[in-house]
Order: sequence, then C-alpha cells, then structure tokens
Amino acid sequence: MEGILSFLIFFLIFTSFYSLSSLGLNLQWGFTGLFNVGIVGFFAIGAYTSAIITGPAYPDTLIGGLDLWFPLGFIGAMITAGIAAFIIGFVTLRLREDFLAISTFGIAVSIQLVTLNFEALTRGPNGMYSLPRPLSGFFESRTLDNLLYLILCVAIIVVVYWAFERMVRSPWGRVLRSIREDEVAAAALGKNVFAMRLQSFVVGSSVMGLAGALYANFQGFISPADFLPIFTFQVFVMLIVGGSGNNLGALLGGLVVWGIWSGSDQLIASVLPPTIQTQAAAARIVFIGLVLALMLLYRPSGILRERRIVSSEARLP
Amino acid sequence: MPDTVLAVTDVVAGYNPSLPILRGISLDVREGEIVTVLGPNGAGKSTLIKAIAGLVGITEGTVRFGARDITGLETHTLIRAGVAYVPQTENVFARLSVEENLALGSLHNSDAYDAQRRRVLDLFPDLERLGHLAAGKLSGGQRQMVAVGRALMAAPTLLMVDEPSAGLSPKLAQVVFSQLVQVRDSGVTILMVEQNARAALQISDRGYVLAEGQEKVHGDAASLLTNPEVGELYLGSKARYVRA
Amino acid sequence: MIQFVADGIVNAALIALGAIGLSMTYNILRFANFAQGEILTTGAYMTLFLVTVMGAGIGSMGPIAFGWPLLISIAFAIGATSLVVLAVDWLLFRQLRDKTASRITLIMAAFGVSLMGRNLTTLIAGGEPYYYDFYIPKSVEIFTGVKVRPDDLAILAIAVIAFVILFAFVNRTSMGRQMRAVAENPTLARINGIDVRAVIRWTWIIGASLATVAGALLGHNTQLRPEMGFDMLLPMFAALILGGATNLYGTILGAVVIGLTEALAVAVGLSGYRAAVTFMVMISFLVVRPHGLLGEKE
Repeated sequence: MEGILSFLIFFLIFTSFYSLSSLGLNLQWGFTGLFNVGIVGFFAIGAYTSAIITGPAYPDTLIGGLDLWFPLGFIGAMITAGIAAFIIGFVTLRLREDFLAISTFGIAVSIQLVTLNFEALTRGPNGMYSLPRPLSGFFESRTLDNLLYLILCVAIIVVVYWAFERMVRSPWGRVLRSIREDEVAAAALGKNVFAMRLQSFVVGSSVMGLAGALYANFQGFISPADFLPIFTFQVFVMLIVGGSGNNLGALLGGLVVWGIWSGSDQLIASVLPPTIQTQAAAARIVFIGLVLALMLLYRPSGILRERRIVSSEARLP
Repeated sequence: MPDTVLAVTDVVAGYNPSLPILRGISLDVREGEIVTVLGPNGAGKSTLIKAIAGLVGITEGTVRFGARDITGLETHTLIRAGVAYVPQTENVFARLSVEENLALGSLHNSDAYDAQRRRVLDLFPDLERLGHLAAGKLSGGQRQMVAVGRALMAAPTLLMVDEPSAGLSPKLAQVVFSQLVQVRDSGVTILMVEQNARAALQISDRGYVLAEGQEKVHGDAASLLTNPEVGELYLGSKARYVRA
Repeated sequence: MIQFVADGIVNAALIALGAIGLSMTYNILRFANFAQGEILTTGAYMTLFLVTVMGAGIGSMGPIAFGWPLLISIAFAIGATSLVVLAVDWLLFRQLRDKTASRITLIMAAFGVSLMGRNLTTLIAGGEPYYYDFYIPKSVEIFTGVKVRPDDLAILAIAVIAFVILFAFVNRTSMGRQMRAVAENPTLARINGIDVRAVIRWTWIIGASLATVAGALLGHNTQLRPEMGFDMLLPMFAALILGGATNLYGTILGAVVIGLTEALAVAVGLSGYRAAVTFMVMISFLVVRPHGLLGEKE
C-alpha cells in the first residue's frame, strides 16, 4: 500500500511542476495569444537560479553557492525568469508572432548552452548537486517527507491559480482578452497593447521559473540534461489537451498528459527488453506528437473549453 | 437582341453566411455592353463582384456566364472560363515588373501571348516603355493600366472592374473611362462598379443602383442620369442628380 | 585569423541551402516552418540509405573525397525526401490550411512534426552517429596561413550551382513568377488564375531538394545524427531574419553573415556557445533592423 501511495505522491509532485508551467503558458498563450516556444528555457532559468541561491558552495564554481533559505531561491527564480522574459519580450513583442516564436526558441537553445558551458556558474554537464529540499527532515518516512513537499506544491498552485483567476476577471484581464481577439480595435481604444502583452509574458514566465525552482529543490540535483526541448512540447500538449484559455484546463491537461507519459514510462520499463527501450521512448514521443496533431485537427479547443469569463465588475441584468 | 453574357439571379451572399451583405440581387449583362453598378458606400457593390469571382460565399441564387453555371466557382478557374477581374486595391503585383505582371495575365493563354501582348500594348502604349519597372513604383494611373492590361492578356469575354477611377484625378479618371470604351470596342463586355456615377453612366449602356444589398433602380444609362430616385438613394434627398 | 572566413563560408553555404526552403515556406505558405531542420535530416539519412543500398561507397573525384556515387544518391534522395515532405503537407498542413488555421497553429503543428521526425529517425536508424564513408580530409594551403580542404571547395561549388539554378527558376520561369506572385498577394494570384495548390507543391519540392543537398553535404562534412537538422534550425532562422524575410537573396546574405559569425565564435574560443552567439546576432537585428538587410520595411 505504501508503495502505491509513495508512487502516487511522487507522480503528483511531478504533475505540479508541469501544471504550474501550464498555468503560466495559459496566461501567455491562452489569454494573450503569445506563442512561447522556449518554456523549458524559463523553467531552466528558475531551476538554476534557485540552485545557485539555495545550494551549497561547490569547490569549482566561482559564483553562487549562497546556501540561503529556500523561499529566497523561489523568489529569485521568479525574478530572473521574469527579467529574461522582459528582455526577450521587450525586443520581440512589437514584432510579428512568428518572431516571438523564433526568439523564444532561440532563448531556450541559448540557455541550454549556457548551462552546459558556463561552468563557473553551473558546473556545466556535471550539474549541481546537494540542493536542499524545503520542509524535509520533519519525518523519518520518505513518503511523508514527499507528502509535505506535495502539500507545498499544491499550496503554491492554489495561490497561483487563484491569482490568475482574479487577474483574468479584472479589468486588466478584460483588456488582455480584447487584445487577443482584435488587437487593432484595442489599440484604437487607446490600450497600450505592447505593455499589456509584456506584462502577461513576464508573469507567465515567472511562474515557469517558479516551477523550475520547485523542481530543482525537489530533485536535489540538476544538470543540463534535465532541460530539453521535449519539456516545452509536453507543456504545450498539456495545454492543448486540457483546454487553452481555461486555467482549470491547464491543470487538468497536466494531470492527463503526465499520467499518459509516466504510465507509458512504467509500461516501457517493465514490459520491454532494455535493448529497445531507447527506441520505445522515441516511439512514445512519436505517439504524443500524433496526439497533438490529431487534437489540432479535430478538437483544437481541448477537453475543457474556454469558459466565457464574466468580469468581476460586470453587472448582470 | 445580343446574347446575355452574365446573368445574376436572386443572389444572397456575404462573408459570413449568417450576415448576408447581398440580399437578393439580380442583374444581367449583354454582349458588347458596358454595365455599371452604382450605389452608396456599403451597398454591396464590391461584394457583388467578389461573389461572382468566388471570393465571397454565395448562399442563395445563381450566376450564369453564358450557358454555364459559375455560382461558387473556385476563383482561380474564373479566368480560364473567360472572366477577368480587376480589384479596386492591390490590383498589381508591386514587386514584379510590368512585363511580368502582363505575362502572369496570360497563364492560360500562352499560345496567343505575343499576339495578345501586342493588342494590349496597342491599347496602352505607355506600358511598353515602362516594361521593366516594378509595378509598385508606378503612379496610380499607370498602375491602373497595368491592372487592366493584365486582365486583358487572357483575352477575356467579360471584364469586371471595381472602381477603376478610385484615387485618380478627374482628368486621369476620364482617360481611364475612355480606355474602357476602347476595351469594349475591341470586343470585351464590361461590368463595372463605380462611385463616380455621372462619369461612369456617361460611358455605360445600362446601370443598376444598389442600396443595402438590394437592387433599387435599373435602366439604361441616359434615363438613370436624370432619374431623381438615383439622387435620393445617394444623397438622401429629393434633389435631382445632375452633378457628379 | 582569416582561416575562420574559409571555415565560415562553407558553413554559410550549408545554412543558405537549408534556409531557402525556410524562406519560401515563410513567404508562400506564411508560417515559420519549425520542421525545416527535419527535412535536412531526412535528406541526409535518405542519402545514407541510398549509398548503402548502392553499395559503391561515395566515390571520389581527384582530391575530393566524394564523387558520383554520392551525387547520384543525393539526386534520388531529393526525390524521396520531396515525396515525404509532400505527404506530410497533404496529411497535416493542408488540412489545417483548409480549416483556416492560424499561423500559430501551423507553427505548433510544425513543432510536433519536428519532434516526431527526430524521434522517428532515432527509431528507424538508431541514435548513434553514422558516416557516409571514412576518410581523412587533407588540407591544402591556398595562401599563407589559410588552409582549405578540397571537399570544402566542392561543397561551395555545389551550393553556388544550386543557387544559380534556383534563381534562374524563380526569375525566368512561369512557375517561378507564379511563386513570387503568391508570395506577394495570394488573392490576386488566384484572381489571375494561378493554382495556389500547385505553387505550394513546388514550394515544398524546391525547399526539400535544397535541404536534402544541405543535409547530405553536412553529413559528409561532419556526421549524421538525428539532431543534425534541428541544430541548424536556429542558424537558418537567423539567416532568414538577418537577410530580410521577404527576400531570397537576403536569406543567402544572412546565411553568409551567420556562417562567418559562428566560425568567428569558434575561432575565439566560444565554440560551445556558438548557437547563443547566433541568437544574440539575431536578436540584435530584431532590435535595430527587423526588416533585415534586404527586406522591405513594413
């Protein structure tokens, strides 16, 4: 029984990382129509920032190892991810949507290279180890330890979800949606389209950074190999499946897609012989790609449709 | 009695099927005529031509070209059927040269390319010396010539032109109108949409006046020029429509 | 120090060959094709397959370490890759176009295709690197301190020939004119009787052909891995943006700048970061001159 419970908790913790990222993407893409192809980049920035702030001093790095209290790591993660988003957004949000896609793609690639090469900061391919786990050590049982972490993750998700729901119902959210629907009309009404998009982009990316920090401090060890383009793809599939433009859909998509993913992981590991496991992993990705293509063709709105959001200030007749 | 080249019958059309712009229009164009469609802004004049050209969806009614039903025909098959269309804006390929624009016009007529090109250049001699310039670098009037010239390269039976005098000075507009008469005289039937009612009616055989997606008045051009109802539709008053 | 120019130009030629297809899909199909890298990879692996099947190795021509067997394989690979690309368009992109999907949906689909493509390649061919043939490149010193390999010159020559043929096609043939017309104004093109579907097919075929050549030569110059095309995606996009997205000549010019920049980065010891350097150059252009070197201002 403990085994299943343990597995479930572990599964849900990982779902949290994805669902949180999905919420961030939903703000950027679902509500604002911004196409962020570099999700993993912001996730990685958050992870490494938290690692540098909360991690121990390593003998071979020149910077970091500040060994500070974990909330500072989380906050730092949000700040650095936000700053990176601000820079990229500032440059590209005035331009066409494809340029944003290309630029966010570029930033994810560049971040990966920095994590691999900037050894003075990140220890390169060796990765950063011994990262402290927040709230650990209260229990002897690993399972209960994880449970506490899960509670932390869920608490953070609840807060972010609530904040996002308030935001989209606020006047700010209303304008954001009007920009997504008809940018020209919104601009004609004097709304600063660019500034609002930038705000949405930065906030969404900060949340992705936070998810990265949660990941780093849970795993205790991160390396460049943890942050590959497949992550960006997974989050997009989660949002498309769950329902873009719907915050609950973002969370649901995370659960469903991560469920399929880790389920198939277990299946591959236990059923198939080791020699073809790389092939099987590749096959799984092909399958997920097919799911995405089919969703785009036949049910682009996802499982949970976008809810017609009534703004908090609207007066109903 | 000349043959009917184009017969539009009770056409309902719009960009969105639930929001029709044309609400039951009928008109016909006979061989060798210049027919003008007039009406205030928003009446649906341009939409009518676009619907015939397959750019706007027709939900009811038919369009016949000669004996052939061309309702809802795919746009790119139109020219091969013999119908050429000159849109009001963006009617030349600005990045291509004048010669290249003309060459594109005769995609389906390549055997007769040289002969047709000669005919078009006889009609618009200026185009010859402008040949290698990018069409985007020409003046408004020159661009109009390229647009019409390109449409003629396909040796069409019917030429549909949307506001040929738009954006041109009155003098240039007159040049364009007289060129259209020459085009008709060379054997092409013309359906024209125009804002400049007086000048258009002066070269037309017949006219139709549209308002709010429906045809309100039609008749031969001379009578329309003096018809008070036409003035009312345009100006919303009982003034006689005598001034352009 | 001038060595990097020699190295960079070859790099540039390969980027340019791949980026042409990217430019064409961008202008005619109107979306950023994130799967362009996969076309390169497919072309390279198709060539490998044909070389293996033909069993004659890749040949040699004097000091050049490849010859007719490779070139013939490439020719057939062009056909095979084009078919694959047309099939993917027919199965996926055309359906999305018919449903008037937004640019972003198309990009997302391309992203999905890219991921599937890379993993299919791993599935079919395995993840370890392949080589067309083993050879030791011999450098020749052309003038003081600058060494080039005969293969590099051959690659350059092939690229130049390809571009000459490309521009002759685009500027002098009817289909080339039709492609330029559709790139500028698809509605007016249709009004003039241009069959946009045929134009789209040709766009894919030309892009895939040049990308196949790029992939095969890249594979010959380095090695074949499932990620090889994907790794070229950022340089290709950068070339497109630098040159001015609407201008094919610009794309080639952009590729030259990027190729040289990457070679320079390697020469000053930033080899691991060279994609990041490319990214910085691209971003700089987006800030300062978003319409690129030869593009039109919006």
